[in-house]
Amino acid sequence: MSIRHSLLALLQDQPRYGYQLRVEFENRTGSTWPLNIGQVYTTLDRLERDGLVSKDGSDGEGHVVYSITAAGKAEVQNWFAAPVERNNPPRNELAIKLALAVTLPGVDVQAIIQAQRVASIRALQDYTKARRDTAANQRAADTAWLLVLDSLIFQTEAEVRWLDLCEARMLQQAQAAGQASPRKSSNGVTVEEAAPLIADIRR
Amino acid sequence: MSVQGPQQVLELARVSRTFGEGATAVAALREIDLSIRAGEFVAVMGPSGSGKSSLLALAGGLDRPTSGGVFVESTPLGGLGLNELARLRRRAVGYVFQDFNLVPTLTAAENVALPLELDGTATRKAQRQALDALRQVGIPELADRFMDQMSGGQQQRVAIARAIVGDRRLILADEPTGALDSTTGHGVMEVLRGRADAGAAVMLVTHEARHAAWADRVVFLRDGRIVDQAVAMHDPAMLFAQAGN
Repeated sequence: MSIRHSLLALLQDQPRYGYQLRVEFENRTGSTWPLNIGQVYTTLDRLERDGLVSKDGSDGEGHVVYSITAAGKAEVQNWFAAPVERNNPPRNELAIKLALAVTLPGVDVQAIIQAQRVASIRALQDYTKARRDTAANQRAADTAWLLVLDSLIFQTEAEVRWLDLCEARMLQQAQAAGQASPRKSSNGVTVEEAAPLIADIRR
Repeated sequence: MSVQGPQQVLELARVSRTFGEGATAVAALREIDLSIRAGEFVAVMGPSGSGKSSLLALAGGLDRPTSGGVFVESTPLGGLGLNELARLRRRAVGYVFQDFNLVPTLTAAENVALPLELDGTATRKAQRQALDALRQVGIPELADRFMDQMSGGQQQRVAIARAIVGDRRLILADEPTGALDSTTGHGVMEVLRGRADAGAAVMLVTHEARHAAWADRVVFLRDGRIVDQAVAMHDPAMLFAQAGN
């Protein structure tokens, strides 16, 4: 997550001090990714060092107010214009866990998948409820939060569908292995047979 | 008899259903215990062949269990004759099927009024209740349309109106969003959720996680058994409280 660009974008809106930036960020993203105030100030220091923001003096109550520079505005424009980086996907703990589970003997992969499925569906229930409640309020200010919730719903749904696919593939391979391969692990799957599943994870 | 008191609208007690006999017998459901309270929305998920649709058919009295008991509002379905069962289905239970099951030669309002009229409700009163149900699903202006004058999404809304007309206490839906685009599917979920919030017991069979997520409780079936349940936290304020920190 780009805290740096998020703070810059909020400063483009209007000059603000550190605590205001934190509150504004959390309002707009529904506190989904809480920011600690230390992170905010460290980031502001770096932005100032790089000439993207400048200190505007104090607001009279002792808060140091920051405003965006011309270079900062250009940086925000570039951020919005460029698609999010894909060539280095974020680490996906679930994918890594399953990739290891299918290739190790003695691991009950189906149990891992089912436990994760229950947890993911529960999260999906909660996101869906939060979305319903928020949408019912019909406040224009909630638009950004609704978009974030939609994104979480889609991601979690994709996770559940991927789990279904993993399970179906495991069953297929266990059946094929049962008929053909003498080198079964306790999962009924050999490393070679698990390769397509891992390819799915990498995709 | 029901052990959980009157607020249990549906109760399945150690229900099993086997198809066929002897060596070729297939156990579709094995000793299922499941109750749904008034105002509760339960989704049933599971792979193909896990017993989801068999469960729904038993819950609505469309099929009878091989063993165990099915109770709707404390009435044991096993003790009812065919006529009594049909009457209970018309009065208390509403079904939504994937393929709508609407009568093409009737208008939307007539389709919705049909179960009431079959049950002896006067035509005028039945039509009034049908209009009310069409209003609840958001298409009162389509009351006089025939099925071939409506889109798939509109037809599904008619089917849902027919399922909820006359204040049914138990709504059973089998993949009701199967043929619909995602926006219309969302609308269907809103109606089902709304019925539960108004006090009906709702059971939805689906393979779509995003639809199951509208439920208070998600039940997972595998090989005819309930293997897991997921219960919503129902407190969005807590949603991100423990995450992220």
